[in-house]
Amino acid sequence: MATTEPAPATVSASDPMRPEPFVVRQAIKETGDTFTLTLAPVAGAKFRPFAPGQFNMLYVFGVGEVPISISGDPARPEILVHTIRAVGATTRAMQKLQKGDWVGVRGPFGTAWPVDQAHGHDVILIAGGIGLAPIRPALYHVLLHRGLYGRVVVLYGARTPRDMLYPKELREWRSRFDVVVDVTVDRATMEWQGSVGVVTKMVQRSPFDPGSAMAFICGPEVMIRYAAQALQQRGTAESSVFVSMERNMKCAVGVCGHCQFGPWFVCKDGPVFRYDRIQRFFGMREV
Amino acid sequence: MTIHTFEKILGEHPFFKDLSEPHLDTVVGCVTNVVFQPGEFIFREGEAADRFFVVREGKVAVEVFVPNKGPVTIETIEGGEVLGWSWLFPPYKARFDARALNAVRALSLDGACLRTKCENDPAIGYLLLKKFTELVVSRLEATRMQLLDLYGND
Repeated sequence: MATTEPAPATVSASDPMRPEPFVVRQAIKETGDTFTLTLAPVAGAKFRPFAPGQFNMLYVFGVGEVPISISGDPARPEILVHTIRAVGATTRAMQKLQKGDWVGVRGPFGTAWPVDQAHGHDVILIAGGIGLAPIRPALYHVLLHRGLYGRVVVLYGARTPRDMLYPKELREWRSRFDVVVDVTVDRATMEWQGSVGVVTKMVQRSPFDPGSAMAFICGPEVMIRYAAQALQQRGTAESSVFVSMERNMKCAVGVCGHCQFGPWFVCKDGPVFRYDRIQRFFGMREV
Repeated sequence: MTIHTFEKILGEHPFFKDLSEPHLDTVVGCVTNVVFQPGEFIFREGEAADRFFVVREGKVAVEVFVPNKGPVTIETIEGGEVLGWSWLFPPYKARFDARALNAVRALSLDGACLRTKCENDPAIGYLLLKKFTELVVSRLEATRMQLLDLYGND
Protein backbone atom coordinates (compact mmCIF):
# COMPACT_ATOMS: atom_id res chain seq x y z
CA MET A 1 0.00 0.00 0.00
CA ALA A 2 1.25 3.51 -0.76
CA THR A 3 2.34 5.55 2.24
CA THR A 4 -0.61 7.27 3.82
CA GLU A 5 -0.57 10.12 6.28
CA PRO A 6 -3.39 11.85 8.14
CA ALA A 7 -4.92 14.71 6.18
CA PRO A 8 -2.79 17.78 7.05
CA ALA A 9 -3.88 20.34 9.62
CA THR A 10 -5.85 23.26 8.27
CA VAL A 11 -7.04 26.42 9.97
CA SER A 12 -9.82 28.18 8.12
CA ALA A 13 -10.31 31.11 10.48
CA SER A 14 -8.67 34.44 9.59
CA ASP A 15 -7.51 34.93 13.19
CA PRO A 16 -7.19 31.51 14.83
CA MET A 17 -6.79 33.04 18.31
CA ARG A 18 -10.08 34.99 18.26
CA PRO A 19 -13.21 33.13 19.32
CA GLU A 20 -16.29 33.69 17.18
CA PRO A 21 -19.67 33.84 18.91
CA PHE A 22 -21.93 30.84 18.37
CA VAL A 23 -25.37 30.21 19.77
CA VAL A 24 -26.57 26.95 21.25
CA ARG A 25 -29.37 25.61 19.04
CA GLN A 26 -29.84 22.38 20.94
CA ALA A 27 -28.45 20.72 24.08
CA ILE A 28 -29.05 16.98 24.43
CA LYS A 29 -28.18 14.73 27.35
CA GLU A 30 -26.47 11.63 25.97
CA THR A 31 -25.48 9.75 29.16
CA GLY A 32 -25.09 10.58 32.84
CA ASP A 33 -22.05 12.78 32.25
CA THR A 34 -22.07 13.34 28.49
CA PHE A 35 -24.06 15.78 26.40
CA THR A 36 -24.20 17.10 22.84
CA LEU A 37 -24.34 20.77 21.87
CA THR A 38 -25.50 21.86 18.44
CA LEU A 39 -24.15 25.30 17.61
CA ALA A 40 -24.76 27.89 14.91
CA PRO A 41 -22.82 31.09 14.14
CA VAL A 42 -24.33 34.25 15.58
CA ALA A 43 -25.77 36.95 13.29
CA GLY A 44 -24.59 35.94 9.88
CA ALA A 45 -21.05 34.95 10.75
CA LYS A 46 -19.65 32.40 8.31
CA PHE A 47 -19.63 28.73 9.17
CA ARG A 48 -16.37 26.93 8.60
CA PRO A 49 -15.93 23.63 6.79
CA PHE A 50 -14.17 20.93 8.76
CA ALA A 51 -12.64 17.56 8.06
CA PRO A 52 -13.50 14.39 10.03
CA GLY A 53 -11.26 14.17 13.09
CA GLN A 54 -10.66 17.92 13.57
CA PHE A 55 -11.47 19.78 16.77
CA ASN A 56 -12.61 23.21 17.92
CA MET A 57 -11.70 25.24 20.97
CA LEU A 58 -14.95 25.99 22.79
CA TYR A 59 -15.00 28.94 25.17
CA VAL A 60 -17.53 29.38 27.95
CA PHE A 61 -17.39 33.11 28.57
CA GLY A 62 -15.88 33.90 31.94
CA VAL A 63 -15.09 30.27 32.71
CA GLY A 64 -12.58 28.81 30.28
CA GLU A 65 -11.75 27.23 26.96
CA VAL A 66 -11.38 23.53 26.12
CA PRO A 67 -10.58 21.49 22.98
CA ILE A 68 -13.52 19.40 21.80
CA SER A 69 -13.62 17.11 18.76
CA ILE A 70 -16.24 17.85 16.16
CA SER A 71 -18.74 15.01 16.11
CA GLY A 72 -21.17 16.18 13.42
CA ASP A 73 -21.47 15.55 9.71
CA PRO A 74 -18.70 17.18 7.63
CA ALA A 75 -21.15 17.39 4.72
CA ARG A 76 -23.26 19.76 6.85
CA PRO A 77 -20.71 22.22 8.26
CA GLU A 78 -23.41 24.82 8.91
CA ILE A 79 -24.41 22.72 11.92
CA LEU A 80 -21.60 22.44 14.43
CA VAL A 81 -22.03 19.41 16.69
CA HIS A 82 -19.89 18.66 19.75
CA THR A 83 -20.34 15.76 22.15
CA ILE A 84 -18.73 16.61 25.47
CA ARG A 85 -18.09 14.82 28.72
CA ALA A 86 -18.36 16.92 31.88
CA VAL A 87 -15.04 16.35 33.63
CA GLY A 88 -13.79 19.81 34.69
CA ALA A 89 -14.97 23.31 35.51
CA THR A 90 -15.39 24.41 31.87
CA THR A 91 -17.14 21.30 30.62
CA ARG A 92 -19.41 21.30 33.69
CA ALA A 93 -20.32 24.88 32.85
CA MET A 94 -21.00 23.78 29.27
CA GLN A 95 -23.30 21.08 30.59
CA LYS A 96 -25.53 23.84 32.00
CA LEU A 97 -25.80 25.72 28.70
CA GLN A 98 -29.26 25.90 27.21
CA LYS A 99 -30.79 26.79 23.87
CA GLY A 100 -30.02 30.43 23.10
CA ASP A 101 -26.85 30.66 25.23
CA TRP A 102 -23.64 31.78 23.57
CA VAL A 103 -20.21 30.15 23.41
CA GLY A 104 -17.00 31.19 21.71
CA VAL A 105 -15.59 28.94 19.00
CA ARG A 106 -12.07 28.84 17.57
CA GLY A 107 -11.21 26.37 14.85
CA PRO A 108 -11.42 23.93 13.29
CA PHE A 109 -7.90 22.76 14.07
CA GLY A 110 -5.70 19.74 13.58
CA THR A 111 -5.18 16.81 11.27
CA ALA A 112 -7.99 14.63 9.99
CA TRP A 113 -8.79 10.96 9.47
CA PRO A 114 -7.40 10.00 6.02
CA VAL A 115 -10.81 9.15 4.59
CA ASP A 116 -9.83 9.95 1.00
CA GLN A 117 -6.72 7.78 1.10
CA ALA A 118 -8.90 4.91 2.33
CA HIS A 119 -10.78 4.70 -0.97
CA GLY A 120 -10.85 1.12 -2.17
CA HIS A 121 -9.88 -0.27 1.23
CA ASP A 122 -11.80 -1.94 4.01
CA VAL A 123 -12.27 0.61 6.79
CA ILE A 124 -12.31 -0.40 10.46
CA LEU A 125 -13.49 2.22 12.94
CA ILE A 126 -12.70 1.31 16.55
CA ALA A 127 -14.02 3.50 19.34
CA GLY A 128 -14.15 3.28 23.10
CA GLY A 129 -16.34 5.37 25.39
CA ILE A 130 -16.61 8.96 24.24
CA GLY A 131 -14.14 8.09 21.46
CA LEU A 132 -17.13 7.40 19.24
CA ALA A 133 -17.69 11.15 18.95
CA PRO A 134 -14.48 12.00 17.03
CA ILE A 135 -14.92 8.86 14.89
CA ARG A 136 -18.53 9.66 13.90
CA PRO A 137 -17.68 12.32 11.26
CA ALA A 138 -15.43 9.78 9.51
CA LEU A 139 -18.28 7.28 9.48
CA TYR A 140 -20.70 9.89 8.13
CA HIS A 141 -18.24 10.62 5.33
CA VAL A 142 -17.67 6.94 4.52
CA LEU A 143 -21.41 6.21 4.48
CA LEU A 144 -22.08 9.23 2.24
CA HIS A 145 -19.50 7.90 -0.22
CA ARG A 146 -20.15 4.24 0.55
CA GLY A 147 -19.33 2.95 -2.93
CA LEU A 148 -15.75 4.19 -2.68
CA TYR A 149 -14.86 1.84 0.19
CA GLY A 150 -14.61 -1.88 0.76
CA ARG A 151 -16.12 -3.42 3.85
CA VAL A 152 -16.92 -0.99 6.66
CA VAL A 153 -16.72 -2.25 10.23
CA VAL A 154 -17.55 -0.27 13.37
CA LEU A 155 -16.38 -1.70 16.70
CA TYR A 156 -17.56 0.16 19.77
CA GLY A 157 -16.92 -0.52 23.44
CA ALA A 158 -18.61 1.24 26.34
CA ARG A 159 -18.52 0.91 30.10
CA THR A 160 -22.15 -0.18 30.46
CA PRO A 161 -25.18 -0.17 28.13
CA ARG A 162 -26.26 3.12 29.76
CA ASP A 163 -22.94 4.72 28.82
CA MET A 164 -23.25 4.03 25.10
CA LEU A 165 -23.25 7.10 22.89
CA TYR A 166 -25.70 7.57 20.02
CA PRO A 167 -27.68 4.34 20.64
CA LYS A 168 -30.32 5.28 18.04
CA GLU A 169 -27.71 5.83 15.36
CA LEU A 170 -25.90 2.64 16.32
CA ARG A 171 -29.14 0.76 15.72
CA GLU A 172 -29.61 2.51 12.37
CA TRP A 173 -26.07 1.75 11.23
CA ARG A 174 -26.49 -1.83 12.41
CA SER A 175 -29.62 -2.25 10.33
CA ARG A 176 -27.73 -1.40 7.13
CA PHE A 177 -26.54 -4.28 5.00
CA ASP A 178 -23.33 -2.50 4.02
CA VAL A 179 -21.92 -1.86 7.50
CA VAL A 180 -20.93 -4.28 10.26
CA VAL A 181 -21.52 -2.77 13.70
CA ASP A 182 -20.33 -4.69 16.74
CA VAL A 183 -20.92 -3.23 20.19
CA THR A 184 -19.66 -4.51 23.51
CA VAL A 185 -19.78 -3.36 27.13
CA ASP A 186 -17.41 -3.96 30.05
CA ARG A 187 -20.23 -4.41 32.55
CA ALA A 188 -23.59 -5.78 31.54
CA THR A 189 -26.92 -4.94 33.07
CA MET A 190 -29.57 -7.61 33.55
CA GLU A 191 -31.48 -6.64 30.43
CA TRP A 192 -28.43 -6.44 28.14
CA GLN A 193 -28.40 -9.24 25.57
CA GLY A 194 -25.42 -7.98 23.58
CA SER A 195 -21.71 -8.69 23.85
CA VAL A 196 -19.73 -8.33 27.07
CA GLY A 197 -15.97 -7.96 26.98
CA VAL A 198 -13.26 -5.67 25.75
CA VAL A 199 -13.48 -3.94 22.39
CA THR A 200 -10.14 -5.35 21.28
CA LYS A 201 -11.54 -8.89 21.33
CA MET A 202 -13.94 -7.94 18.56
CA VAL A 203 -11.02 -7.19 16.26
CA GLN A 204 -10.24 -10.91 16.15
CA ARG A 205 -13.63 -11.92 14.79
CA SER A 206 -14.46 -8.95 12.56
CA PRO A 207 -14.95 -9.49 8.84
CA PHE A 208 -12.28 -7.42 7.07
CA ASP A 209 -9.23 -7.99 4.93
CA PRO A 210 -6.40 -7.31 7.38
CA GLY A 211 -3.81 -6.99 4.64
CA SER A 212 -5.44 -4.01 2.96
CA ALA A 213 -7.65 -2.54 5.68
CA MET A 214 -7.20 0.93 7.14
CA ALA A 215 -8.15 1.34 10.78
CA PHE A 216 -9.12 4.48 12.69
CA ILE A 217 -9.01 4.21 16.50
CA CYS A 218 -10.21 6.63 19.13
CA GLY A 219 -10.53 6.00 22.85
CA PRO A 220 -8.42 5.76 26.00
CA GLU A 221 -4.71 5.31 25.25
CA VAL A 222 -4.59 1.84 26.80
CA MET A 223 -7.43 0.77 24.53
CA ILE A 224 -5.68 2.27 21.51
CA ARG A 225 -2.53 0.30 22.32
CA TYR A 226 -4.36 -3.02 22.69
CA ALA A 227 -6.56 -2.40 19.66
CA ALA A 228 -3.49 -1.65 17.53
CA GLN A 229 -1.87 -4.85 18.84
CA ALA A 230 -4.97 -6.86 17.95
CA LEU A 231 -4.96 -5.38 14.45
CA GLN A 232 -1.28 -6.21 14.09
CA GLN A 233 -1.99 -9.81 15.16
CA ARG A 234 -4.65 -9.98 12.44
CA GLY A 235 -2.06 -8.79 9.92
CA THR A 236 -2.86 -5.08 9.54
CA ALA A 237 0.27 -2.98 9.15
CA GLU A 238 0.90 -0.32 11.80
CA SER A 239 1.26 2.21 8.97
CA SER A 240 -2.41 1.56 8.11
CA VAL A 241 -3.58 2.31 11.63
CA PHE A 242 -4.54 5.88 12.58
CA VAL A 243 -5.29 7.07 16.07
CA SER A 244 -6.73 10.23 17.58
CA MET A 245 -4.78 11.48 20.58
CA GLU A 246 -6.04 13.56 23.46
CA ARG A 247 -3.83 16.05 25.24
CA ASN A 248 -4.19 19.34 27.08
CA MET A 249 -4.52 21.62 24.05
CA LYS A 250 -4.49 25.35 24.88
CA CYS A 251 -3.47 27.55 21.95
CA ALA A 252 -4.44 24.95 19.28
CA VAL A 253 -1.88 26.30 16.81
CA GLY A 254 1.36 24.76 18.08
CA VAL A 255 2.71 27.77 19.96
CA CYS A 256 2.21 27.21 23.68
CA GLY A 257 3.55 23.66 23.97
CA HIS A 258 0.92 22.43 26.44
CA CYS A 259 0.01 19.48 24.26
CA GLN A 260 3.52 18.27 23.47
CA PHE A 261 3.73 14.52 22.91
CA GLY A 262 7.33 13.53 22.26
CA PRO A 263 8.46 15.65 19.30
CA TRP A 264 4.88 16.44 18.32
CA PHE A 265 2.27 19.00 19.24
CA VAL A 266 -1.04 17.19 19.33
CA CYS A 267 -3.00 20.32 18.36
CA LYS A 268 -0.98 20.95 15.20
CA ASP A 269 0.60 17.61 14.23
CA GLY A 270 -2.47 15.71 15.45
CA PRO A 271 -4.89 14.88 16.89
CA VAL A 272 -4.94 12.18 14.18
CA PHE A 273 -1.59 10.42 13.91
CA ARG A 274 -0.36 7.42 12.00
CA TYR A 275 0.20 4.84 14.71
CA ASP A 276 3.71 3.81 13.68
CA ARG A 277 4.85 7.44 13.99
CA ILE A 278 3.92 7.74 17.66
CA GLN A 279 3.87 4.17 18.91
CA ARG A 280 7.23 4.44 20.71
CA PHE A 281 5.94 7.25 22.91
CA PHE A 282 2.95 5.32 24.20
CA GLY A 283 4.82 3.50 26.92
CA MET A 284 6.91 6.47 28.07
CA ARG A 285 5.72 7.63 31.44
CA GLU A 286 7.08 11.15 31.23
CA VAL A 287 5.56 11.89 27.81
CA MET B 1 -26.07 -27.27 1.10
CA THR B 2 -22.42 -27.98 1.77
CA ILE B 3 -21.73 -30.37 4.61
CA HIS B 4 -18.36 -29.86 6.23
CA THR B 5 -16.66 -32.67 8.08
CA PHE B 6 -15.38 -32.21 11.61
CA GLU B 7 -11.85 -32.60 10.20
CA LYS B 8 -12.40 -29.66 7.88
CA ILE B 9 -14.12 -27.45 10.44
CA LEU B 10 -11.54 -28.04 13.18
CA GLY B 11 -8.60 -28.16 10.76
CA GLU B 12 -9.45 -24.67 9.52
CA HIS B 13 -10.25 -23.27 12.97
CA PRO B 14 -7.52 -20.89 14.24
CA PHE B 15 -7.43 -22.68 17.56
CA PHE B 16 -6.69 -26.11 16.07
CA LYS B 17 -5.04 -25.32 12.77
CA ASP B 18 -1.49 -25.96 14.08
CA LEU B 19 -2.31 -29.53 15.05
CA SER B 20 -0.74 -32.31 12.98
CA GLU B 21 -3.07 -34.69 11.17
CA PRO B 22 -2.77 -37.50 13.74
CA HIS B 23 -3.38 -35.05 16.58
CA LEU B 24 -6.33 -33.52 14.77
CA ASP B 25 -7.71 -37.06 14.28
CA THR B 26 -7.41 -37.57 18.04
CA VAL B 27 -9.45 -34.42 18.70
CA VAL B 28 -12.00 -35.22 15.99
CA GLY B 29 -12.60 -38.59 17.63
CA CYS B 30 -14.06 -36.73 20.63
CA VAL B 31 -16.42 -34.28 18.88
CA THR B 32 -20.18 -34.07 18.34
CA ASN B 33 -22.57 -31.39 17.07
CA VAL B 34 -24.80 -29.69 19.63
CA VAL B 35 -27.53 -27.04 19.59
CA PHE B 36 -28.73 -24.96 22.53
CA GLN B 37 -31.95 -22.99 22.71
CA PRO B 38 -32.05 -19.36 23.91
CA GLY B 39 -31.81 -19.28 27.72
CA GLU B 40 -30.58 -22.85 27.98
CA PHE B 41 -27.61 -23.49 30.28
CA ILE B 42 -24.66 -25.10 28.51
CA PHE B 43 -22.96 -25.79 31.81
CA ARG B 44 -23.31 -24.55 35.37
CA GLU B 45 -20.79 -23.59 38.01
CA GLY B 46 -19.62 -26.57 40.03
CA GLU B 47 -20.63 -29.20 37.49
CA ALA B 48 -18.05 -31.69 36.26
CA ALA B 49 -16.15 -29.99 33.43
CA ASP B 50 -16.06 -32.85 31.00
CA ARG B 51 -16.72 -30.88 27.81
CA PHE B 52 -15.64 -27.79 25.98
CA PHE B 53 -17.16 -26.17 22.93
CA VAL B 54 -16.27 -24.53 19.67
CA VAL B 55 -19.09 -22.05 19.15
CA ARG B 56 -20.08 -21.91 15.49
CA GLU B 57 -23.11 -19.60 15.70
CA GLY B 58 -24.82 -17.66 18.45
CA LYS B 59 -23.81 -15.95 21.63
CA VAL B 60 -23.07 -17.47 25.04
CA ALA B 61 -23.02 -15.52 28.31
CA VAL B 62 -20.41 -16.60 30.85
CA GLU B 63 -22.05 -15.70 34.15
CA VAL B 64 -21.67 -15.73 37.90
CA PHE B 65 -24.76 -15.90 40.04
CA VAL B 66 -24.63 -13.22 42.72
CA PRO B 67 -27.10 -13.67 45.62
CA ASN B 68 -29.65 -10.84 45.85
CA LYS B 69 -28.53 -9.61 42.44
CA GLY B 70 -28.92 -12.48 40.03
CA PRO B 71 -26.69 -13.59 37.17
CA VAL B 72 -23.90 -11.19 36.21
CA THR B 73 -22.38 -11.62 32.76
CA ILE B 74 -18.58 -11.49 32.81
CA GLU B 75 -18.10 -11.92 29.10
CA THR B 76 -19.77 -13.31 26.04
CA ILE B 77 -18.37 -16.02 23.79
CA GLU B 78 -19.41 -15.82 20.15
CA GLY B 79 -19.12 -17.59 16.82
CA GLY B 80 -15.58 -18.84 16.21
CA GLU B 81 -14.55 -18.77 19.86
CA VAL B 82 -13.78 -21.62 22.26
CA LEU B 83 -15.95 -21.98 25.36
CA GLY B 84 -14.65 -23.82 28.44
CA TRP B 85 -11.18 -24.53 29.74
CA SER B 86 -11.92 -26.13 33.12
CA TRP B 87 -11.86 -29.61 31.56
CA LEU B 88 -8.04 -29.39 31.38
CA PHE B 89 -7.26 -28.01 34.83
CA PRO B 90 -7.99 -29.61 38.22
CA PRO B 91 -10.43 -29.92 39.86
CA TYR B 92 -12.14 -30.30 36.45
CA LYS B 93 -15.24 -28.42 37.53
CA ALA B 94 -16.93 -25.52 35.74
CA ARG B 95 -15.94 -22.20 37.33
CA PHE B 96 -18.85 -20.24 35.88
CA ASP B 97 -22.29 -20.67 34.36
CA ALA B 98 -22.58 -20.62 30.57
CA ARG B 99 -25.97 -19.74 29.12
CA ALA B 100 -27.09 -19.44 25.49
CA LEU B 101 -28.33 -15.91 24.82
CA ASN B 102 -29.77 -16.94 21.47
CA ALA B 103 -29.81 -20.14 19.42
CA VAL B 104 -26.29 -21.56 19.68
CA ARG B 105 -24.79 -24.11 17.34
CA ALA B 106 -21.51 -25.58 18.51
CA LEU B 107 -19.13 -28.48 18.41
CA SER B 108 -18.94 -30.27 21.74
CA LEU B 109 -15.62 -31.89 22.56
CA ASP B 110 -15.38 -34.62 25.14
CA GLY B 111 -12.82 -33.24 27.59
CA ALA B 112 -12.78 -36.31 29.79
CA CYS B 113 -11.90 -38.46 26.78
CA LEU B 114 -9.26 -35.96 25.65
CA ARG B 115 -7.70 -35.81 29.12
CA THR B 116 -7.11 -39.55 28.99
CA LYS B 117 -5.61 -39.21 25.50
CA CYS B 118 -3.39 -36.37 26.72
CA GLU B 119 -2.11 -38.53 29.58
CA ASN B 120 -1.32 -41.33 27.13
CA ASP B 121 0.27 -39.07 24.49
CA PRO B 122 2.22 -36.22 26.13
CA ALA B 123 2.87 -34.62 22.72
CA ILE B 124 -0.79 -33.79 22.14
CA GLY B 125 -1.17 -33.13 25.86
CA TYR B 126 1.50 -30.44 25.67
CA LEU B 127 0.00 -28.93 22.51
CA LEU B 128 -3.47 -28.68 24.02
CA LEU B 129 -2.07 -27.37 27.29
CA LYS B 130 -0.28 -24.60 25.36
CA LYS B 131 -3.42 -23.77 23.38
CA PHE B 132 -5.65 -23.60 26.41
CA THR B 133 -3.08 -21.69 28.45
CA GLU B 134 -3.03 -19.07 25.67
CA LEU B 135 -6.82 -18.98 25.85
CA VAL B 136 -6.79 -18.52 29.64
CA VAL B 137 -4.09 -15.82 29.35
CA SER B 138 -6.10 -13.91 26.73
CA ARG B 139 -9.18 -14.07 28.98
CA LEU B 140 -7.06 -12.88 31.94
CA GLU B 141 -5.76 -9.95 29.89
CA ALA B 142 -9.27 -9.05 28.81
CA THR B 143 -10.49 -9.23 32.42
CA ARG B 144 -7.64 -6.97 33.55
CA MET B 145 -8.59 -4.45 30.88
CA GLN B 146 -12.19 -4.56 32.07
CA LEU B 147 -10.97 -3.99 35.65
CA LEU B 148 -9.13 -0.85 34.50
CA ASP B 149 -12.53 0.70 33.86
CA LEU B 150 -11.01 2.51 30.88
CA TYR B 151 -14.09 4.48 29.95
CA GLY B 152 -14.90 5.61 33.46
CA ASN B 153 -14.75 9.16 34.69
CA ASP B 154 -12.89 8.53 37.95
